[in-house]
Amino acid sequence: MLRLERWEAPAWVKVIIPLAAVVVTLILVAGLVLLSGAGLAETYYFFFLKPLSSRTSLIEVLVKSTPLLLTGAGVAFAFYAGYWNIGAEGQLYAGAVAAAWLGVVLKGLPAVAVIPLILVGAAVAGGLWALPPAWLKTRLGVDEVVTTLLLNSVMIFFVSALLNGPWRDPVTSWPQSPTLLETAQFPRILARSRLHLGFLVALAALAFFWWITARTSFGLKMRAVGQGKEAARFMGVHVDAVVFKVALISGAIAGLAGAGEVAGIHYHLIEAISPGYGYSGIVVATLGSLHPLGVGLAGAFIGLIATGSQTASRALSVPTYLGDVIQAALLLTTLAMLLLRRYRIRWGRMAESS
Amino acid sequence: MNEALITTIIVLLAATLRVSTPLLFAALGETLSERAGILNLGIEGTMFLGAMVGFVTAYWSGSLWLGVAGAVLAGILAGLLMGLLTVTLGVDQHVSGIGVTLLTGGLALYLFRLLFGAQRVPPQIDPFPQLSLGNALGPLTPLFEQYSLTYLGLLLVPLLWWLLNRTNFGLNVRAVGENPEAADVAGVNVFRTRLVALALGGGLMALGGAFLSLAQLGAFTFGIIAGRGWVAIALVIFGNWSPWKVLAGALLFGGFQALQLRLQAAGFQLPYQALLALPYLVTIAALALAGRNANYPAALLKPYRREA
Repeated sequence: MLRLERWEAPAWVKVIIPLAAVVVTLILVAGLVLLSGAGLAETYYFFFLKPLSSRTSLIEVLVKSTPLLLTGAGVAFAFYAGYWNIGAEGQLYAGAVAAAWLGVVLKGLPAVAVIPLILVGAAVAGGLWALPPAWLKTRLGVDEVVTTLLLNSVMIFFVSALLNGPWRDPVTSWPQSPTLLETAQFPRILARSRLHLGFLVALAALAFFWWITARTSFGLKMRAVGQGKEAARFMGVHVDAVVFKVALISGAIAGLAGAGEVAGIHYHLIEAISPGYGYSGIVVATLGSLHPLGVGLAGAFIGLIATGSQTASRALSVPTYLGDVIQAALLLTTLAMLLLRRYRIRWGRMAESS
Repeated sequence: MNEALITTIIVLLAATLRVSTPLLFAALGETLSERAGILNLGIEGTMFLGAMVGFVTAYWSGSLWLGVAGAVLAGILAGLLMGLLTVTLGVDQHVSGIGVTLLTGGLALYLFRLLFGAQRVPPQIDPFPQLSLGNALGPLTPLFEQYSLTYLGLLLVPLLWWLLNRTNFGLNVRAVGENPEAADVAGVNVFRTRLVALALGGGLMALGGAFLSLAQLGAFTFGIIAGRGWVAIALVIFGNWSPWKVLAGALLFGGFQALQLRLQAAGFQLPYQALLALPYLVTIAALALAGRNANYPAALLKPYRREA
């Protein structure tokens, strides 16, 4: 019979797990694809290859990846230290609110001043929205999963109240904030494309993640806390201080994602600024094995799925929601397959327990 | 005392019961799951899937009760998926739960779009009627003119209490939620107990979703759940994992919402979002007050593995 055996997987297994998870997911989802009446090969072609075949669509993949890289980096940063921040969605919205506000009130300043202020403001806002759960966790021992999750809804209601109240666009009276000043709009980093400064910010966030975890003593402490709070405490790590800082930094990175969407794409704050990038960040972080390089690749891959779902929808009328299904199935498959890092499957009789 | 005021209050209370019903189903399902030690964040998606499957089944079969059955079945499957991940495989509960919500949500959208295409006006069915009592109970009549599903929800409160506190199964559920190691030693099948709790809990969550599509709206819309699953998560904590207190929380929140809808209809300009955010803020405050002493089932979020 099949049985599980504890082991410490070699490095190549850890690298291959996300790739194997992709393959398994595509097999699992195949039935759903066929239900739509489209062919399997052509659907996957339009999903995964077609977007890479032209400059325009390739850049669009990067545009779609930008917020995912940031929420993914933010979530992974927290998860790495064992802090389960499920609140990236709300933190993203907090950053978006800050960007929409600063981008309107900072009149008379040149872009070189306004744009850094927007980035700082969005990071601070994201960090502030991550503050109550972090404080409750470290001071009062309140579990962060539920508090970070519930604050997502609170922030989204707050944004809705803002946009239907004081911030309603005076010109169009749509529920959207006034248009950002031109000095506040992120510059495009490639001609004839929507790719904006936020993409570079996302890469910088990943570099920061790598530098902290690989090159600083704080990163070592994060790792220790992530592997076991008791053991870390025993080693003399001030666990609460580490968790607190990690939570705020995680929120700040997610807040930057909001700035990118407001100042790089829409130039307004709208209620639908995020179709769930905060939750997709959990997919990206998990698929990327909480490693900066992995998160980078996973973010690009989820961006590819998001673009591909539109390509496939246009070409084959497969509903775009297939992309959401693939993304979610990928998360669950990866989660299950990550067990192969700690267990291996052997074919044989139950070992006698000693 | 004028009669108009009394009538208004009674109509308001009747609306409270209606608004509370989906929250009640979902929160009772979550209570059962959490008492067994599993935080099921798949709730939001499970409700959404229940609303979709319930509607589609009723639409094709012409039977609302078949719709209810279909929704419950879908919810049981979603609960079992959560169980496969968190109980059988022992994967992190929070990430699994978010994954289940994303998957069931995506599936519901995808399948609904395949079945009905992109329509400007969503397809409709004749929803469950509210009970019609003529004037049997005088001024109190509107209070009792509810959907049969609302009565079912209210009935489930003592039933779940009884199940948890007076049956062998309930004893096992509480045991595996508090101390799975000890329960295992005592001969309780930890895995099976948790799976059954998740399956039944998932069925209740989906029923909450189906109430919205089969009774309240008679349609399935993409914003139909609108965070009610997260409200239910809050209500379970607010209700201290007890069915009766969960009912109290659901009625309290339902009451606020009914009042807000009424005031809005009467032309008051309210930042209604503040009221909608209230249950979340109250729950966070309650958690802060309870701090480390919060009555979480002790084994919540902890996977159970039998090490050979």
